[in-house]
Amino acid sequence: MSHEPATNPDARTTTPAATVHSTTDGWTLELEMPGVPRDAVEISCHDDMLTVIGRRPATTEEPAPLHAEIDHSDYQRAFRLDPAIDAAAITASMEQGLLTLVLPKAEAAKPRKVAVA
Amino acid sequence: MKLIHYTHNHPGLTAWSPFNRLATWADLFETAFETGHGAWAPPLDLLDRGGHLEVRLELAGMKREDFDITLEDDTLTIAGRREVSNAVRNERPGGSFSRSVTLPSPVESAQATASYENGVLTIRLPKTEAAKPRRITVGNN
Repeated sequence: MSHEPATNPDARTTTPAATVHSTTDGWTLELEMPGVPRDAVEISCHDDMLTVIGRRPATTEEPAPLHAEIDHSDYQRAFRLDPAIDAAAITASMEQGLLTLVLPKAEAAKPRKVAVA
Repeated sequence: MKLIHYTHNHPGLTAWSPFNRLATWADLFETAFETGHGAWAPPLDLLDRGGHLEVRLELAGMKREDFDITLEDDTLTIAGRREVSNAVRNERPGGSFSRSVTLPSPVESAQATASYENGVLTIRLPKTEAAKPRRITVGNN
């Protein structure tokens, strides 16, 4: 699978840091989205584009921070999927702001052993 | 993250030399390899909520027990370590981190609490009675 450039047309969103692991069955994609609850993640697949959006809950009235480094904008990132990936079989889990997507290869694309008759 | 300690091999030498201020190679290597990708610092916010101070640190994918939070005098330090395994492509920093913040007012350290939810560590530090804001009314003369 390949990554889209890390530029983001929507200036109000931030690009989450990503890690791609290669497994025998496909790929695992991890995205860092701290501050986003499990039910505020939107994952969509259109043609070969996988789009992930993470929305932060609306903040209640709070004082201006004395020191601020955290970017409180929503997250958005798109990935172009390898044709070998079975988009219908993608699964996702969210643990402490870390979104993990399992992207399995389609059965036809998996390596297989051929026994010599 | 670790401070680089400067070595002074020639304490008697007074002439200025830029090389005296260089860290030893061992120090440089230690710093470079400790985090794998160089030092990293998760972002931190500090808020004054009137009765208490709030420190927030954003760091996804940690476990509660992985944080080491200490309060010494007016300095709050949050340290920890995150393992990041080998990957085809990795943008997530890993290794040890440590963030310190000087608190702007005295706090009741015994009543400080911390929670970790959705990848955000929130530390609540109640102010001492003397440090809490109070309203002063103008009396009648």
